[in-house]
Amino acid sequence: MARGRSITLDVLRVMPLLIVGVLVVSTQHASAAAASAALAIGEAASVEATSSAASTAFFAPGKLPLAVAIVVTSGCIIAWMLQARAGASMHLRRIPALDAVTNAVGRATEMGRPVLFIAGIQDMDNIQTVAGITVLSHVAKTTAEYDATIEVPTSRSLVMEAAREAVRGSYQAAGRFDAYNADAIRYITDEQFGFVASVSGKMVREKPAACFYMGCFFAESLILAETGNSIGAIQIAGTAESSQLPFFVAACDYTLIGEEFMAASAYLSGAPDQIGSLKGQDAAKVIVAALIVIGVVLATIAALSGQRGESASRLLDSFQGALGS
Amino acid sequence: MEGAAEVSGVLGILERLDRRWVFLAMALAVAGPILVMGLTRKTLPETPTDASRAVFRAVQSLPQGSTVLLAFDFDPGSAGELEPMGVNMARHCALRGHKMVFISLWPLGGQMIDQTIEKVIRADFPQLQDGVDFVNLGFQAGNEQVMRVVLTDFKRAFPTTKSGRATADLPILQGVQRIGDFALLASVSAGYPGSKEWVQYVVSASGGKLPMVSGCTGVQTPQLYPYFPGQISGLLGAIKGAAEYESLINAWVMDPANAAEWSGRGAASGAPMVLPPKYLEAQRRMGPQLGAHLLMVVLILLGNLVYFAQRRAQRRVAA
Amino acid sequence: MMRIVALAIASIAGLVMLLSPFFPRLESVGAQSSEIFNVIAAIAFILGAGSLVKVNVSRVSRRDAGWGYAFVTLLCFVVTLVIGLGKIGVPPNPQFAATPWAGEKDAAGSAFAWIYEFVLTPITSTMFALLAFYVASAAFRAFRAKNREAMLLLGTAFIVLLGRTFAGVWLTDGLPDWASGLRLENLSMFIMQVFNTAGNRAIIIGIALGVTATSLRILLGIDRSWMGASGGSS
Repeated sequence: MARGRSITLDVLRVMPLLIVGVLVVSTQHASAAAASAALAIGEAASVEATSSAASTAFFAPGKLPLAVAIVVTSGCIIAWMLQARAGASMHLRRIPALDAVTNAVGRATEMGRPVLFIAGIQDMDNIQTVAGITVLSHVAKTTAEYDATIEVPTSRSLVMEAAREAVRGSYQAAGRFDAYNADAIRYITDEQFGFVASVSGKMVREKPAACFYMGCFFAESLILAETGNSIGAIQIAGTAESSQLPFFVAACDYTLIGEEFMAASAYLSGAPDQIGSLKGQDAAKVIVAALIVIGVVLATIAALSGQRGESASRLLDSFQGALGS
Repeated sequence: MEGAAEVSGVLGILERLDRRWVFLAMALAVAGPILVMGLTRKTLPETPTDASRAVFRAVQSLPQGSTVLLAFDFDPGSAGELEPMGVNMARHCALRGHKMVFISLWPLGGQMIDQTIEKVIRADFPQLQDGVDFVNLGFQAGNEQVMRVVLTDFKRAFPTTKSGRATADLPILQGVQRIGDFALLASVSAGYPGSKEWVQYVVSASGGKLPMVSGCTGVQTPQLYPYFPGQISGLLGAIKGAAEYESLINAWVMDPANAAEWSGRGAASGAPMVLPPKYLEAQRRMGPQLGAHLLMVVLILLGNLVYFAQRRAQRRVAA
Repeated sequence: MMRIVALAIASIAGLVMLLSPFFPRLESVGAQSSEIFNVIAAIAFILGAGSLVKVNVSRVSRRDAGWGYAFVTLLCFVVTLVIGLGKIGVPPNPQFAATPWAGEKDAAGSAFAWIYEFVLTPITSTMFALLAFYVASAAFRAFRAKNREAMLLLGTAFIVLLGRTFAGVWLTDGLPDWASGLRLENLSMFIMQVFNTAGNRAIIIGIALGVTATSLRILLGIDRSWMGASGGSS
């Protein structure tokens, strides 16, 4: 840990290395994480993927509202990160699901049963998988400290490699590298229901005491969570797939809903600058809420004033135009 | 803790009910209507919603000979809900004389397309030619990346058909440079990548010039409603949406006044008086859905009766 | 050292991907980054297959509990691999009739297509169908009217469950036209399009901002826990 460094320092330090080309070995999950992170930022702002015609212009002018949205959102987050780093106090509300991680691992240790962690069924180019891996590293550190066994079946080869790296790092950090077992983190299959069948069968046979589902899930969410429920495991889930949240809420003990899941790593790390990013996120949320209120008021005025309200309609059109919609 | 105070009588039995009894009840609730509808060949009436009508209108309003892009982003797992949508979309396009380009971003989607082509086009529209009136371009790996590429160069993303023919010389793709050149994008989607990504990466980038309709699983439907009717012109939600769409097409086909509009272009003869079972499949599946939903209502009510009995028992124990 | 290299790749590649939609000249670079990811994922599949074989072979050889399942997994893996790579039963490609194995591995009539149609399709459909049973059991166990909010949720669930079937039409068909909005099928649509959409939008906006913050933490190297806890946070 080296608190207090400038944000860009890490990147600058390694530039020469990059130029020399000492890359290939560790590219696997790095490029994946990068792709997902960048794609996700774009998606977060309802990104328009690319221009419809190959243009030679330096900047795509139609994307200006989107660029402004990204700059403002990112600006808020970075500003609060810097503030937190400077020592400003930040209050973070308790998230019971994350507080329960230690208890769940402790229960598994007492019962002498394994901890099961599933980082979703998508590849590393999905930001939820990356978020799941960040939570995995914290959970693995706890299992290392408690001397519990962790099992991580994956449905993508690249996720298996990333998960192995994360768990190995955590065991190393906990001073328990001797207990690290690479075979406990294994690839099953890319096929959605093949993966579910394998994991569910294993759950029924080995009865893990704690099950974590952190990542991008689809129809398999309920099958996994119900199987976990039937074997009496304590279950903690987190996903940003809003369609799967009801199933996790119904069948799991704790569920991280959407942005809580994204905040999990920052919450568990307790590092001031990471917590600052959550505060910045809230500030951006206030801006979005304000824009929604303005839009609703303008649309209501335009609708109520009917044909007489030409100026209100014009105002609404310009407001929508400014937002790029 | 709940259940610490035991409930007696029937509710006590329900409280300790093994979940396998629930499974059995569900099996019966689903199997009963399947058997009844299979034997009687009757279907339940449908009242189409605006979202389903919009899908029908979107295909119906295209001029004859328009080229429609059908993205089948699903696999056998969700075929129960989505296959009837795919079948009916292909059938509707064929009846209207549209050209169909099938693609998939799911590895097993290519086979789902093959099945639909066999079931609809080869069986009922044998005069339609592969490569001229329809084509299966199969699966392409890359998820959103494929979407990015088709925005500027469709044939670069799909250089060959599923059977290995080069797309560069395909008659059906003459005049198609980018995805915006299609008259309509019809997405049948089971998850990621699917309709949501088509909206985010393609429809929004086309600036509203590419109309899109979507058919999706029940679980996905709530996620797609925010895009309807803005970015998505029409939406079929789950088997219910498929049944509504199917009933709209069937009503149109069975109306003798419309026969001249489609006969001779699609099927060789005039309007069939009896619809084959494959064109009633979605409506027939609404029977098991009815049974399952009613059972769910009953189970939730029973579960709550048990819950209130438990609370009463707990209060008694505490007193 | 390798961790720093990985972090740098993440930051630089991520920045390029982020900027590529805005700067047309970077578009091809952004596209290439995605293609590189696909290539790496394909190569990594060898590692995955290796792990699958290693873990299952050792379970079979040690006769661990449930080693029979491991044996079936291995058998299916090998059979499918041989059939796919060997293109067994694949009809010749009419365009390249003289070239053996020019047909698609999953062309109609091939052994791979047979596996798809008669093994994979029924198995995956069965697994998906299990959801109906699990939903029923979860609803019976967890859907309780514990407080006012839960009661509201229950009422809404009943309306949607009934409104999405013929039962809804049958129950409320007698309502006069002026009260047609209260028909279950219309109420169900209203709930889906208004309340559900509003709630979903709020969740989507929250998730989008959460994703932005997470992405920034990763791109700036603040959160390095995806490289293991020893990567830590700065």
